[in-house]
Amino acid sequence: MSEPVNTSIDSNPEALKVETPFQRFASDFMENRVAVVALVVLIGIIFIALFAPLISPTNPYDLATVSIMDSKLEPGSKSMGGTTYWLGTDGAGRDLLSSIFYGLRISLGVGIASAIVALLIGTSVGLVAAYYGGRTDTLIMRFVDIQLSFPTILVALILLAVLGKGVDKIIIALVIVQWAYYARTVRASALVERNKEYVEAATCLALGDRRILFRHLLPNCMPPLIVVGTMQTASAIALEATLSFLGVGLPVTEPSLGLLISNGFEYMLSEKYWISFFPGIALLITIVSINLVGDQLRDVLNPRLQK
Amino acid sequence: MSVFIIRRLMQAVLVVWIMSLLVFVGVNIVGDPVDMLINPEADQAEIERVIKELGLDRPIHEQYWFFVANALKGDLGNSFIFNQPALKLILQRMPATFELAIVSLLMAIVIGIPLGVYAGLKPDSKISKTVMATSILGFSLPSFWVGLMMIMVFAVMLGWLPSFGRGDTVPLFGIEVSFLTWDGLRHLFLPALNLALFNISLVIRLTRAGTREVVHQDYIKFARAKGLSQNRIIFVHLMKNIMIPVVTVLGLEFGGLIAFSVVTETIFSWPGMGKLIIDALQNLDRPVVVAYLMIIVVLFVVINLVVDILYSILDPRVRLQDLKG
Repeated sequence: MSEPVNTSIDSNPEALKVETPFQRFASDFMENRVAVVALVVLIGIIFIALFAPLISPTNPYDLATVSIMDSKLEPGSKSMGGTTYWLGTDGAGRDLLSSIFYGLRISLGVGIASAIVALLIGTSVGLVAAYYGGRTDTLIMRFVDIQLSFPTILVALILLAVLGKGVDKIIIALVIVQWAYYARTVRASALVERNKEYVEAATCLALGDRRILFRHLLPNCMPPLIVVGTMQTASAIALEATLSFLGVGLPVTEPSLGLLISNGFEYMLSEKYWISFFPGIALLITIVSINLVGDQLRDVLNPRLQK
Repeated sequence: MSVFIIRRLMQAVLVVWIMSLLVFVGVNIVGDPVDMLINPEADQAEIERVIKELGLDRPIHEQYWFFVANALKGDLGNSFIFNQPALKLILQRMPATFELAIVSLLMAIVIGIPLGVYAGLKPDSKISKTVMATSILGFSLPSFWVGLMMIMVFAVMLGWLPSFGRGDTVPLFGIEVSFLTWDGLRHLFLPALNLALFNISLVIRLTRAGTREVVHQDYIKFARAKGLSQNRIIFVHLMKNIMIPVVTVLGLEFGGLIAFSVVTETIFSWPGMGKLIIDALQNLDRPVVVAYLMIIVVLFVVINLVVDILYSILDPRVRLQDLKG
């Protein structure tokens, strides 16, 4: 009973367990060294973002410790109090390294939160479109097509012009921008899965629509969803940074990496490059490492490329 | 064919209508239209006059017709800051944005295609590998940050190029353009390159993929067997066949360039529509925001319509599929 057909039948999960898909997945992932390095870097960044208050050399938003005397110091210079500013200080005398740690927290938080909400909404809508087909499908996909024909930054700009500034508002805008990508991805793979025998079997067992959708169809649509999810998180982080840089994203009280870069813009012309440069590098490393991990996930999860 | 065009036209009208509804709801129901559309410095008599004029004392459905009727007449309110019709302000700045977008598109073609063909012909050379690695960076780098770094390096440290403004302009068919003066070109180079980065990477990847596929086709082998020169094979036989996807994608990307010029224009203080909307958002100059939103939506619907129609002419499968669905 180890023919390949059996592994895709829902009623026989043991067949999958014998192969331990996670172990195979992990060893496939490890084959690409660049992706492994990217994954390690990404874990490091997430760690920094989670524990920013504990590992930052100073608290950049504690007014008692920040001194205007230390403003615009070059990277590596020492403060009046003796602490070293490895990446220099910004216009208000805040340690840049600590600001970046705190900024990562906000950037990652907003990016991941919006990606998760968009994933939930997009997946549900895409599944419904694929499962019911007909009018529902046409209507939903027309809407998705129309939205995707507008560039993301434009949609976000329109939304923020109407909604205004704020963490909740930018998350709403990012969700609205992203959900269509998930919907399209899920629909495409669900359309293929829908006609397979296990769905027919589930229908014959008279299982409810919801159960078939979420317990049978959804798990089989996961691989492309994971890939799109990683890539979309990276682009959400980049988009948030861009919008915050433009001054229409996060408010000044939530200094994400985009706002830090924006703060350094005015010092740029007087050759104080580090205030914009280092937050940008942090943003770059974050985005590139997420994309590299996503790329490798795509290769590993794509059955056509499997040996 | 005409059925396809009529369908697409109806869809375009529908999108514009939905957007007008969204913008109207955003301004008049989510926000307070009196705050949004009337200059906060106006006195009571002025406020009442404008409320009458805009029909804000009417029921909501009548207000919507007022809004639509005014918009169709081209009246989208006056800017608080410039005290000019908002529509006129935006139309004045449109040429600058279009100039920037078109020059970026040309840059993407001129830089991207040769690099892509080279990388496709010699996939194992060091230069090709460097080009491909850089093109990944072109996708990943946040373009606004690259713009800042360009200013840092080329304008501040090296002092080669100016970092803001349009420079000297000369009128061409009644429209002021920068690319015909030396000073204008110097001003144009950095912002256009910044805006083009993403598309350069895109073109490199598309051309490389196309080249690698086409090189192994029989007609290339045949051309080689016939004894044609390498140059003729590359520029005639190869180019013709890889251009279709490149042209299609670039056509679609033109809209993206206009949208992303918001970022580039802000960084390089390029006096186009994008800079205007960001300034308007920050100054709470709402009539300009509303007018910009409506214009950009119409613009995009037109771009999408044109691309769709061109596409259906180039590829009959598209319109046939659409008629079935």
